[in-house]
Amino acid sequence: MGNYFQPEIETASQEQIKEWQSERLVKQVKHVYDNVAMYRERMDEMGVKPEDIKGVEDLHKLPFTTKDDLREQYPYGLLAKPLSECVRIQSTSGTTGRRVVAFYTQHDIDLWDECCARAIVAAGGTNEDVVHVCYGYGLFTGGPGLNGGSHKVGSLTLPMSSGNTERQIQFMTDLGSTILCCTPSYAAYLAESIHERGVKDKIKLKAGIFGAEAWTEEMRHDIEEKLGIKAYDIYGLTEISGPGVSFECSEQTGMHVNEDHFIAEVINPKTGEVLPDGEKGELVFTSITKEAFPLLRYRTRDICILSRKKCSCGRTHVKMTKPLGRSDDMLIVKGVNVFPSQIETVLLNKGYAANYQIIVTRVNNSDNLEVQVEMTPEMFSDSVAEIEKNEKELVGALKAMLGIYADVKLVAPKSITRSEGKAVRVIDKRNLYQS
Amino acid sequence: MEVKQISVFVENKVGNLAEVAKVMSDAGISLHAISLADTKDFGVLRLLVDDTYNAANVLRDKGYIFSLTPVIAVATTDEPGSLYDILTIFDEADINLEYLYDVNTGKKDKVYIIFKVSDNVLAQNILKKKGVRIITQEEMSE
Repeated sequence: MGNYFQPEIETASQEQIKEWQSERLVKQVKHVYDNVAMYRERMDEMGVKPEDIKGVEDLHKLPFTTKDDLREQYPYGLLAKPLSECVRIQSTSGTTGRRVVAFYTQHDIDLWDECCARAIVAAGGTNEDVVHVCYGYGLFTGGPGLNGGSHKVGSLTLPMSSGNTERQIQFMTDLGSTILCCTPSYAAYLAESIHERGVKDKIKLKAGIFGAEAWTEEMRHDIEEKLGIKAYDIYGLTEISGPGVSFECSEQTGMHVNEDHFIAEVINPKTGEVLPDGEKGELVFTSITKEAFPLLRYRTRDICILSRKKCSCGRTHVKMTKPLGRSDDMLIVKGVNVFPSQIETVLLNKGYAANYQIIVTRVNNSDNLEVQVEMTPEMFSDSVAEIEKNEKELVGALKAMLGIYADVKLVAPKSITRSEGKAVRVIDKRNLYQS
Repeated sequence: MEVKQISVFVENKVGNLAEVAKVMSDAGISLHAISLADTKDFGVLRLLVDDTYNAANVLRDKGYIFSLTPVIAVATTDEPGSLYDILTIFDEADINLEYLYDVNTGKKDKVYIIFKVSDNVLAQNILKKKGVRIITQEEMSE
């Protein structure tokens, strides 16, 4: 009962998948050991040789990779192929402002596109479909990923990128878009806009592929009802490739990891110990087919559960739950990764104290980021215009650092809640993570 | 000749203004003039008090953020044209006015207007030359 992009891979036996993984892992470990100094040094320190890795059962012997590693190795430290063989970069924000840059060979782009194609086909896509991509295009992986996937499927691809709702709806009605790809909050916003304009009956959408931010089942039902579609989740991260690391099928009970390309593990975030399927922990990925930017045991900081229960869609690849939380303090706001440390950096640079609080809300399915900053004697002025000028500069600097707009609110000193002497930095009122 | 104004940062929150008033009242400080410049999120409360030194200490103790701003207080009469005359003097001397507010003395022939301008020294010299009476901190408290 399935629609598959690559049935022989997507429904392969678990033994077969394991065999592919073992064979590719062995090759990949040798590739990174030979070409990436950081991995070679770490493996040497741990006394692990590439020959010691004989299959997936040896995966736990390999070192982890963290976001800090990516920051330290920026820009070329983790590159495993000569630049002459690389054809693209994508990028995402890092923890303290330095961005993460991922490199791709044509082979890497192809496999990424394939992963996205599987997601589109799982959502019912064929070459008869009109795939409307309003994820951002550019350094963000959302647009390019789904765009590439849609090409592989042979669908007519509308590279809309984000924003300009008027034009989105016009193309959607005039060109008969059938599959919508964007963040769930933008989908909800589009649904509202379509209703406001009374053009619901001119919309031909049948499915949506929504990712890059956490969303609840309530939000799914809301979007499905308003647009009259089935809404599918998709997961991915720039470090590993982009969207399509895993995707939802017709069962809508978790996302199948593309295990022929990425090995998923769940670990105890405190001890690093690998946990059995069914247990909640931090999701870790090893990319076993990527050439330019292959990562071993990359700690995503997303808290998940893996399940190998038989799926009614016929796919055999392991399923992961929606992220149930984070093991670090990263926030995803409007699909963009936001670290409190980035905000702190900007505040200190601009002469404010590091007394701040980040308040994230979701109103009408749209995220709002507010940064409350305590006023300091140095920043205070008798002139309201002066204070507002500084405030505007701060908003500008935050936008430059985060890539999204944050509302700044100046508050009285010592008004930010402190618990046991430690400030509460983030108040996320969205309640996105369901357990 | 300048008058020291206390400018206090107040967050826009129910009760915040009342709290400042209470702090002043508890310390036995009398307010001569009060003016509030507000935005969406915060306000700058401008005060002229009888005991600036004491008020500043009390505010500091209570953790308020404030500054002392020199402003010019001018005595004029409560009749048509009196404000216009002064503003014209500033205009002609190319002095930029940031804000102003008035202090009601309770007498029809005496109104104090407080000016915050771009150049206090220049403004005072010109006002004096034009025969406008400038009020001192002591006179304020009389």
